[in-house]
Amino acid sequence: MHSLAAKKTLALVFALAVVAMACTREEEGGEGGGTQGETQAAQGDETTLLDEIKQRGTLRCGVNNTVPGFGFDPGTGEIEGFDIDFCRAFAAAVLGDSEAIDLVPIDADNRFIALQNGDYDVLARNTTWTTSRDGAEGVAFMHVNFYDGQAMMVREGDFSSIDEMDGTNVCVTTGTTTELNLADYFGARGLDFEPIAFEENPQLQRAFISGRCDGWTSDRSQLAGIRSQWPEEEGGPESLIIFDEVISKEPLAPGVLDSEIELHDALDAVVNGLILAEELGVTSANVEDTAEDPGEGPVAALLGAPVLDPETGESAPLDNGLGITNNFMIDVISAVGNYGEIFDRHVGPESDLELERGINALWTDGGIQYAIPFR
Amino acid sequence: MADAALKEAARPSLWRDVRVLRAAGQVVFVVILVVIAREMYLNASFAIGSAGRELSYTYLDSRAGFAIKEHIVGYSANQPLYKAFLAGATNAMLVAAAGIVMATVLGVLIGVARLSPNWMVKKIALVYVEVFRNIPLLVQVIFWYVAVILAIPRIEDSVSIFGVAFVSNRGAAMPAIRSGADFGTWSLFVLAALLVAATVWRWRTRVHERTGGRHYRWLSSLAVMAVLAAAGYALLGDAFKVELPELIAHGYSGGLQISPEFAGILVALVVYTAAFIGEIVRGSILAVSKGQKEAAQALGLSPGQQLRLVVLPQAMRTAIPPINNQYLNLWKNTSLAFAVGFPDLINISTTMVNQAGHALETFSLVVGTYLGTSLLISFGMNVLNRAVTLRGGTA
Repeated sequence: MHSLAAKKTLALVFALAVVAMACTREEEGGEGGGTQGETQAAQGDETTLLDEIKQRGTLRCGVNNTVPGFGFDPGTGEIEGFDIDFCRAFAAAVLGDSEAIDLVPIDADNRFIALQNGDYDVLARNTTWTTSRDGAEGVAFMHVNFYDGQAMMVREGDFSSIDEMDGTNVCVTTGTTTELNLADYFGARGLDFEPIAFEENPQLQRAFISGRCDGWTSDRSQLAGIRSQWPEEEGGPESLIIFDEVISKEPLAPGVLDSEIELHDALDAVVNGLILAEELGVTSANVEDTAEDPGEGPVAALLGAPVLDPETGESAPLDNGLGITNNFMIDVISAVGNYGEIFDRHVGPESDLELERGINALWTDGGIQYAIPFR
Repeated sequence: MADAALKEAARPSLWRDVRVLRAAGQVVFVVILVVIAREMYLNASFAIGSAGRELSYTYLDSRAGFAIKEHIVGYSANQPLYKAFLAGATNAMLVAAAGIVMATVLGVLIGVARLSPNWMVKKIALVYVEVFRNIPLLVQVIFWYVAVILAIPRIEDSVSIFGVAFVSNRGAAMPAIRSGADFGTWSLFVLAALLVAATVWRWRTRVHERTGGRHYRWLSSLAVMAVLAAAGYALLGDAFKVELPELIAHGYSGGLQISPEFAGILVALVVYTAAFIGEIVRGSILAVSKGQKEAAQALGLSPGQQLRLVVLPQAMRTAIPPINNQYLNLWKNTSLAFAVGFPDLINISTTMVNQAGHALETFSLVVGTYLGTSLLISFGMNVLNRAVTLRGGTA
């Protein structure tokens, strides 16, 4: 009896000793890993995501596949849209091939977690740039590529403005900024409402069609897309109206992880380059000819051709120091065109979405799209 | 001395001693567990650290900012995030609590029906079980919500039940009992009435035992109780009032309201879980020795009495542990409410993560809530199990 207790104690001590040993070893391993990382960083050859993408040969974009105009599969098996063209532009700039993309469809709820996990490289999924997403989610947003605003869609004839919507049921997608804006906007006007938050657009659409909700609120661009695809047996697009009232500002921008500053800077230059190209009149149709004779001014700088230095009087290509070729915009513009072309192709007045340029027009045309200069 | 030497000689070497091997096995197991847990912790903190953030729960005090349409904790968009989390957790618990009660009742009925001598009843129960336990729950949740509940008439064509209750695809509204100013005093009245009713019950039982005449126990005690409670209500004036729901512009106001989303997830969980509980009940009834039923028959008990007094109490012993599993499943399955837009724990948590970040922290709370509540359900079922277990020596 006595010796059994003694043995049990011995076994316990032994167990603890082994556990302690395992822990110490683990600690050493951890430190070792850390040192290795530091050395790499010190040598300056730490592999950045930008390098990794170049080695891999494809760019993975986290995209939407449920919003017509921005990211949607129209039944061809391929996702198309405004955001997808930006992904193509990024691939053209980094890899020289706009087809070297891997589109990862991702829902609103999981987009940030997946980005943090490294499931994809670039978030190009009509995402609103907000301070907490910048901070808490650790996303580094680029230049705003679409100034959106939250709007309200109702059945034709039900209401004529949001002020009439007291005590209504409003459908909304979970995990979007629209949920916050909805509460603020209705609250500020003393209007009562019930939010019905769905994870998936198809269920939300069923609920809206069946009359479960009076209104559907989302970004104007998204609502325009949904309205454009509204089933004919449910009345078609004409049976719905989107109020002109703007519930909130929704600046949509592509983003990467905070820690990938090299990738951020390179891709940010692409977004700016697309806008600048429109301002300078460089289009997919004339980019090849322009590249042959770019002059020595801003167009040359944009396309990576030699630029005249007014101080020295000499011409030399601008070294952008972005880790991508100097003439990346040639590939980008020949693949997707300039900003205006992308806009018109997917969401503009001639497309199914019928959206006006509005504040997305260039600053020279009365809008607020204003790109940083290339120099 | 010689004995000790003999003992020493008979002792196997350490690596062949089964006791040592068992102990060593446990030590290895513990070591592996510790190493894995440590690795997971280091990995998580490294990942968070490399993204330039640190684990912290202080964000729960910041303003939530989003509205939640139904809650039982008095939530509004201006309250802190932890209140939103609480609203989601209690919503999930409400579905689970209602689901457990309803699934048990339906499950027992199905289980008994499976053994019914009536061919029709037996086959209907069989079809029920085979259909509902063989279709994925998520599909059933979406089916009940989209195909059944959303197909109920719109609010403009709201169905009125004698003007006191309404049903449409915006929900169901029915009269609710609201406590008044004198509700506390009235509760004491009811308590007293209960005691008087119990005394009447015992008196009628004694009369029945002495004379053998009809006892009318139910009738007389309920009558006494109803008269006393009604008298109390009349005397006090404001014990409680019945609140009738009203049809307003885009929904209902007042009364007890059930949202389509709540109904969707609840019906799906009840119907699905009842199929499993039914099979457990059937098996447990079959496990009760046939002699018990025959003995009950020999005593002249009616079929209903045989089931209620002899068979079911014994079947319960076998049924409780597997039914506990079903309750745990039902609780965990409330997470499928996200599919129909019911603001449960998952729905609210994903919104929180998207608005305020801190995914790891939020999901650690979600894990803790599911785990804690599951353990609580198990604890309750274990207490119940011990209460009905056959005590040693009485058999």
